[in-house]
Amino acid sequence: MIESVVFSLLNGVLYGMLLFMLASGLTLIFGMMGVLNFAHASFYMLGAYCAYSISQVLGFWGALVIAPIIVGLLGALIERVGLRNVHKHGHVAELLFTFGLVYVIDELVILVWGQLPVDYRIPEALDFTLFSLYGSDFPAYRGFILFMAVAMFVAIYLLLVRTRVGMIIRASLSHPDMVGALGHNVPRIFTFVFAFGTGLAGLAGVMAGNYFITEPGMAFAMGPIVFVVVVLGGLGSLGGALVASLIIGLVTTFAVGMNYSIADMLASAGIAFGQDSVLGINLSRFGPMLPYLLMVLILIFRPRGLMGSRES
Amino acid sequence: MLEVENLHAYYGKSHILQGVAFDVGEGEIVSLLGRNGVGRSTTCKSIMGLVPPRGSIRFKGEELAGMSAHRIARKGIGYVPEDRLTFSGLSTRENLEMGVQKVGAESRWTIDDAYRLFPRLSERADVKADLLSGGEQQMLSMCRTMMGNPALVMIDEPTEGLAPQIVEQVGDFLLEVAASGVSILLVEQKLSIAMRVSHRVYVMGHGQIVFEGTPQDLQADDAVRREWLEV
Repeated sequence: MIESVVFSLLNGVLYGMLLFMLASGLTLIFGMMGVLNFAHASFYMLGAYCAYSISQVLGFWGALVIAPIIVGLLGALIERVGLRNVHKHGHVAELLFTFGLVYVIDELVILVWGQLPVDYRIPEALDFTLFSLYGSDFPAYRGFILFMAVAMFVAIYLLLVRTRVGMIIRASLSHPDMVGALGHNVPRIFTFVFAFGTGLAGLAGVMAGNYFITEPGMAFAMGPIVFVVVVLGGLGSLGGALVASLIIGLVTTFAVGMNYSIADMLASAGIAFGQDSVLGINLSRFGPMLPYLLMVLILIFRPRGLMGSRES
Repeated sequence: MLEVENLHAYYGKSHILQGVAFDVGEGEIVSLLGRNGVGRSTTCKSIMGLVPPRGSIRFKGEELAGMSAHRIARKGIGYVPEDRLTFSGLSTRENLEMGVQKVGAESRWTIDDAYRLFPRLSERADVKADLLSGGEQQMLSMCRTMMGNPALVMIDEPTEGLAPQIVEQVGDFLLEVAASGVSILLVEQKLSIAMRVSHRVYVMGHGQIVFEGTPQDLQADDAVRREWLEV
């Protein structure tokens, strides 16, 4: 029992931190620019594929540095050439633009790298057991993901709280027009934030692409859950994104590990109930639904999210 | 210094400004008076590039119409909005730092000046702006704009909803700003403060200028006050 709890805890935190790596960029973009970037997970996928190709030449460490920069620059280009022009036509146009971008990037990835998964592997230097617990191994690469996610949180936090650029970004979260009226180039700040946010998604792709599988469906697998993190955490709140990511990581991991039904629980209390009724469904099957249920509930009862300061 | 001619502005299909024309000279305090909804705030926003203007807005001889807000601010025009728009996630001190356009550049106005004029801001330096009172937010909003070292500042309804003692302080602040050589375009509904500090006044009605003169001229013109100002 303890073994199961400890490993669910470790895996939940790991999944949560991976979600945070992906969601931190989106929460900045969403919070500051009001852009519901449907294509955010596509940049995550691009990060993984770029890392695969670069690692063939420069190895994993080269890919870790270069792939997020390439994805960030691509994000800057898309914001400068596309989003900035679409912005004039309102949020619906922006939303449709990023929606279209999802499919464009998806098809481009298939054209360049093909339909099948690519052989993007964990680097040899990190392919060992970090420690063993209750007879099970904890791989070093998982520890590396945790370390990178924490380092990323600290780096973004310091950027936002300790630098002038960060202060301008935080001010733009509440009143971007006023930031412009004080002489700051808001369109350029938007481009920077979009590039930074997509670059972070790219970095998450570099880290997760070899931990999971790098294949064309990876963006669709992560896309919806990232929005849950942003809504649950609160618009523009980095701390909120971290807390929400951990909650979702832990809730889904623990739910998957629950190998019993409500009928089983009632039976242990002496109340007999048919296993073929709704109450007999294994609780682990509700796991994938829980994050979305949380999002629906938070939108009803606390629209500004756990730590957000505004609702829209 | 600022010359506005034939200025038009629209919100959707509503024609808000219908050929506004006025000017503000160097070191002058000019008030724009009128009832709510006549287009005074829209005039400021159009000059600042926050509402698309049609017509001519010249500042120090340079045409501003069509420029973005940040470029207009960099030309030397400051704007204090009616709703203050202090940055809620930032402390009082950070809000003031946001007003600085170029770190390290010489400026007539420093954070110490803001604290000297309004000691309350110094006491609340580390407090988040959304926790400040309305009066404190107004002081902060005005000082934040001055940090950008503007040559002309547009201040929209600075005394709205403030206690008489704070209104007095705001009046003193305006006089100190003008004494430092900065021109002021003051948008007001309260005649008392406008009459106290202004060199010239304009009255707006239906999106146009309907009166121009000195405070004394306005004081003497009962018909204008009755038709365009009194509620």
